[in-house]
Amino acid sequence: MIRIKNLTVNYRSVGECYAALQDINLELGEGETCAIIGPSGCGKSTLLKVLAGIIKDFWGSVEINGQPVIPSKQRIGFIPQNYGLLPWKNVYDNIRLGAKIKNKNDGEDKEALNNIIEQLGLGGLENRYPREISGGQQQRVALARAFLLKPDLLLMDEPFSALDAMTREEIQEVFLDVWRKQAVSTVLVTHHVEEAVYLGRKIVILSLSPGTVSTIIENPLFGGEDIRNHPDFFKLCLELRKRIKEDWSK
Amino acid sequence: MREIGTRLWYYFYGILIVLMIWQAVAIVVNLPIIPTPLLVLDNLLNIFASKIAIHGLYSLWRIVAGVFFAIIVGIPLGLCMGYFKSWDKALSPVIYLTYPIPKIALLPVIMLLLGLGELSKILMIFLIIVFQVIVAVRDGVKGIPKETYYPLYSLGAGVFDIFRDVLVPASLPKFLTSLRVAMATAISVLFFTETFGTQYGMGYFIMDAWMRVNYLEMYSGIVILSYIGLILFGTIDYIERKVCCW
Repeated sequence: MIRIKNLTVNYRSVGECYAALQDINLELGEGETCAIIGPSGCGKSTLLKVLAGIIKDFWGSVEINGQPVIPSKQRIGFIPQNYGLLPWKNVYDNIRLGAKIKNKNDGEDKEALNNIIEQLGLGGLENRYPREISGGQQQRVALARAFLLKPDLLLMDEPFSALDAMTREEIQEVFLDVWRKQAVSTVLVTHHVEEAVYLGRKIVILSLSPGTVSTIIENPLFGGEDIRNHPDFFKLCLELRKRIKEDWSK
Repeated sequence: MREIGTRLWYYFYGILIVLMIWQAVAIVVNLPIIPTPLLVLDNLLNIFASKIAIHGLYSLWRIVAGVFFAIIVGIPLGLCMGYFKSWDKALSPVIYLTYPIPKIALLPVIMLLLGLGELSKILMIFLIIVFQVIVAVRDGVKGIPKETYYPLYSLGAGVFDIFRDVLVPASLPKFLTSLRVAMATAISVLFFTETFGTQYGMGYFIMDAWMRVNYLEMYSGIVILSYIGLILFGTIDYIERKVCCW
């Protein structure tokens, strides 16, 4: 359970103070996914950083399972825009990294590690370095790392935006596949309407400066079989587009 | 194995070119002060085991010891200065003030305080290398994009995790480059320090041969000194390929 109450984040730039996020209220149930969509500069990434415990200077309250965000106490998986892989670690060590830092004292779960490598189709790439694999594969590695962690909360910052259209759909599929087996509360930031409709049970529209929540939509299509080809999918995307356009032109 | 073979071939190739230039100069000048490489190599083979090897080992040990201490001090300092702003603020002015001082100018002082023995020579090499290491490692850490830390911060990684998994590997290439740059200076300064208060070391051997007007031995010493350089640079290259293969 993620609960955000009256969250306001101020940025200081060249001595001036301005609000990046203002009065955000949001609740996310256990194992729910939430897609946040908003124009550039509306504070989407800021919101993720607050949830990740990277930004600690804010007003209001942010709770994960009833506790304030403290990265060392909770299990938070964070996938930044560039996937956050360490270039000097091979695929295997990159996947292990999260669990290694988190489970310092308990031994390594080799079986889980091999399962996740298998599940994400990374078998045979274990010894490669990030620069030696494609963007799609890098994204798979980042997902493998996050899911191996068994996080309380998974955060993704425009996770699939750098991929070509076909790879993007494929990885979205992979993500849902893994997510179905291991329902993790997920917040993802995106600027693709289709992605939001495909991956978000909740869709949150943020409006521009300062970032505020303008609409929260419960997505009835989420999780259905083959929804991408469903007429309702197009309808919802269209509707969402319209709403976003109205919203951002205010 | 094949890769090592190719590397060795490149080194051999480099040696060959230097020898050819040397031969050409010797023929053109045609004076005893520039003997031909063949004469020198012949002399080198005769006296290497009996005379030069011990001097070479002494020089090598001083360099390795100086580099070792520079690494022990320089890497942790550089990492902390790169990562913690307060360290950088406190220490950078001190580094900037002392870095440009020609270390060789301090030699008389160091010799007076620490004596003419090993310590003053090793300290000299340490002083030359450590600044370059500190600055290179610090800048290497500063150049790490902020985003690299985010996934680790959100995992609740401690300072030790950050050092081990990010700072050390990220700054390694810059550190090795700084070592390469500093190594050449260190060898030439070592040469200078070895002309004082010792009877061992390549510096002593070369100057001694010069005083005795034994040009063949002098050149044999120079050749060995350059081989020591080759070995050191080759070792750094090797380490880089092993640990920075990403």
